[in-house]
Amino acid sequence: MADFDVIVIGAGPGGYVCAIRAAQLKLKVACVEKDKTLGGTCLNVGCIPSKALLDSSEHFAFAREKIAQHGVILKGIELDLPAMMKRKDGVVRSLTAGIAGLFKKNGVAHLSGQGSIKGAGKVAVKASDGSTKTYTATNIVIATGSEPSRIPIAPFDGKRILSSTEALTLSEVPAKLLVVGGGAIGLEMGSVWSRLGAKVTVVEFLDRIAAAFDKQASLELQKILAKQGLELKLATKVLSAKNTGQSVVVEMESASGKEKAEADYVLVSVGRRPFTDGLGLEDVGIAKDEAGRVEVNERFQTAVKGIYAIGDAIRGPMLAHKAEDEGVAVAEILAGQHGHVNYDVIPNVIYTWPELAAVGLTEEECKTKGLNIKTGTFPFMANGRAKALGDTEGFVKIIADARTDRVLGAHIVGPRASDLIAEIAAVMEFGGSAEDIARTCHGHPTLPEAVKEAALAVDKRQIHM
Amino acid sequence: MKHDVKAPAVGESITEVRIAGWKKRSGEAVKPGEVLIEIESDKATVEVAADSPGVLTIQRPAGEMVKIGEVLGFIDDAASATVAGAASAAAKGNGAPVSPAVRKMTSEQGIDPASIRGTGKGGRVTKGDVIDRAESGAKSAAQATTAPASSVSSAPSPAAPPLSRAGGATYAGDPRDKRVPMTLLRQRIAERLVQAQRTAAILTTFNECDMGAVMELRAKHKETFKAKHGVGLGFMSFFTRAVVEALKAVPTVNAMIDGKDAIYRDYFDIGVAVGTERGLVVPVLRDAGAMGFPEIEKGILALAEKAKTGKLSMQDLSGGTFTISNGGTYGSLLSTPILNPPQSGILGMHKIQDRPMAVNGAVLVRPMMYLALSYDHRMIDGKEAVTFLVKVKEGIEDPAKLGFTV
Repeated sequence: MADFDVIVIGAGPGGYVCAIRAAQLKLKVACVEKDKTLGGTCLNVGCIPSKALLDSSEHFAFAREKIAQHGVILKGIELDLPAMMKRKDGVVRSLTAGIAGLFKKNGVAHLSGQGSIKGAGKVAVKASDGSTKTYTATNIVIATGSEPSRIPIAPFDGKRILSSTEALTLSEVPAKLLVVGGGAIGLEMGSVWSRLGAKVTVVEFLDRIAAAFDKQASLELQKILAKQGLELKLATKVLSAKNTGQSVVVEMESASGKEKAEADYVLVSVGRRPFTDGLGLEDVGIAKDEAGRVEVNERFQTAVKGIYAIGDAIRGPMLAHKAEDEGVAVAEILAGQHGHVNYDVIPNVIYTWPELAAVGLTEEECKTKGLNIKTGTFPFMANGRAKALGDTEGFVKIIADARTDRVLGAHIVGPRASDLIAEIAAVMEFGGSAEDIARTCHGHPTLPEAVKEAALAVDKRQIHM
Repeated sequence: MKHDVKAPAVGESITEVRIAGWKKRSGEAVKPGEVLIEIESDKATVEVAADSPGVLTIQRPAGEMVKIGEVLGFIDDAASATVAGAASAAAKGNGAPVSPAVRKMTSEQGIDPASIRGTGKGGRVTKGDVIDRAESGAKSAAQATTAPASSVSSAPSPAAPPLSRAGGATYAGDPRDKRVPMTLLRQRIAERLVQAQRTAAILTTFNECDMGAVMELRAKHKETFKAKHGVGLGFMSFFTRAVVEALKAVPTVNAMIDGKDAIYRDYFDIGVAVGTERGLVVPVLRDAGAMGFPEIEKGILALAEKAKTGKLSMQDLSGGTFTISNGGTYGSLLSTPILNPPQSGILGMHKIQDRPMAVNGAVLVRPMMYLALSYDHRMIDGKEAVTFLVKVKEGIEDPAKLGFTV
């Protein structure tokens, strides 16, 4: 008999959720993690610490720039960066320890060490002291996540050319920070250090930031971030980045020619790639695609029977919540249930302030697909609660099928957009229409009223505009 | 006092039945022995009668699947009737919560949302589904009796979706169509026929037989037979006897495949296909090898009676080593029957028709019947199949070989 029903390799949001769900379903589960703490990239060096810094830095910016509008006068506002970092570390610590507690509560065995697959049903775990122990399992789930993509023209050196991991732990506020890549990570970390006083330049190869998002929404965010003082160099290609010891010299090229810039630090945030090194996939015959992703079928099965893969290691958006849902689906499949992930309704958020949140199709995607659509937008400027908060930038945009009124996508730039998008995701999951949102009573005065008004606007009958 | 009305046991191995329809209404007074409800399994339909007087309360609507022994309603002998008897009105399968836009549109258009095939999560009706319905201008019989708005907006018990929606129905529909749920029997027939076509290598061989000798024997002994045995002398007994003798001569036709094994039987349980109003059933005549003509006729008559009244038990329908199907009853001249799995052979009988035949160099008009044997070629070789069918033919053309006595 095997030691475990399931061994999950990796304790990030995909892996630990999979392990807990499988344990809930009475399977005997172990979860292998090479890092000292559980939670993977998300909890340790990703979503959570970045949000802690985003919230802290926004408080600082709010205190300096906005609180006076509310009639509150603060004097001598100072930054205590070590305290801010300590608080961030505390948030991370409490959450990662929380997962250890959840493992204990659910009876998930935590195997500490580097996991590798030694064939179907066999996982070797190499502990930090160098000893290796092999465990057997009926099923193996690969949940090893991803790591920051490297580019040869600007290789990470951990000192001045940084990945997101180091950008979360700088011990000083740089005078100048140059960010390569205008996606979620670049804009979030750029915002953090900009708010704390750095002069931040974001260099983006495409002609707009957040290019994967709805154009109207990303252009709105672009306008707002530029106003906040972020310098955005669009349609610009980075040719090289050299650490001179005291600074980094970056060579760039755009339609207007080549130019050089100097910065204290360069953050390279051009995406992430699957992390499957040292897993031994080649030895057991598991194929990877050209992007290094483990190939799986719709039931998350790899080419080898009994070996599954989820999260950033496989196809689909590299998002913690996508990995979590896949973890649940695999656990349920292994328990003989029907596990499923609806890839058409996965929210995606950039946690700048205001935030950018999206779910479903963009207007551009609808056009490419040849869908006949109608859209409704509603600005936060006309929302009572947003006005009271003093956060009136941005809008809610809802896209619906022109004939059936079914909600196809939604895009929000605005305060707490990340929270507002959840309502629309729920409606979409049930195949709901814009009218369904419009006819659902929303509390007043609240930010979600802007969602309701945008739904009304789909039918050109918004009340407050 | 309240007396529960429960789903009755309808046969071994059946755990779930469908409520085909209530014969009484909620609030109606019932007397002992009165039929309350019709229950349908994939084998048969049974009726449940009241066992005590009182007023009926229906708790599970028609169309729902229920477990054996489950309470479907109750009779309260202390209550007084609130509705008059007779009339129709089965409990309306309605009340699943619907989204606000759907609620509004269906109320305005007088459509029962339960009558719309939902494409949303878990089969829920979306606004698009209502628009589709409205655009197709459909007014099916179900919603001709407009649902009042109140019954649409109050949403107490989540009723089961109509069966027609289950099983991955995809056909968008034409307003002129009439959509009705398939009976369990029909669904089971469909499944088994497709299963047979998919698993077996079905091939059909044909022959014909001269019915003259059998017809003469019948004409001659009909009355004596009836007087002596209390049952008519039909063709089925001749064919059953002929089949049994042919199966004895060619045992592979009576065998079946199970995985990688062949299973041979020296007993002869003959399935006799019987058409009923609700569909085809194949009750089994057990140990036909040991039966004479009278026993066969009596056995078949009893099974046919049961089939027509929906009283066949699981026992009557299971097993069978070979099947005889008589399409001739309805006038078929030639057909290719489909196997009744896991059996390996099925004989098709057809209409007796006078045809000119060459007999000993002269053209004579003879009462002829085409015979068809469909067989599983995985188990049975062509030679065996043909030999079997020739044996049947010889038995029919020379009934003395079948040991016919009055």
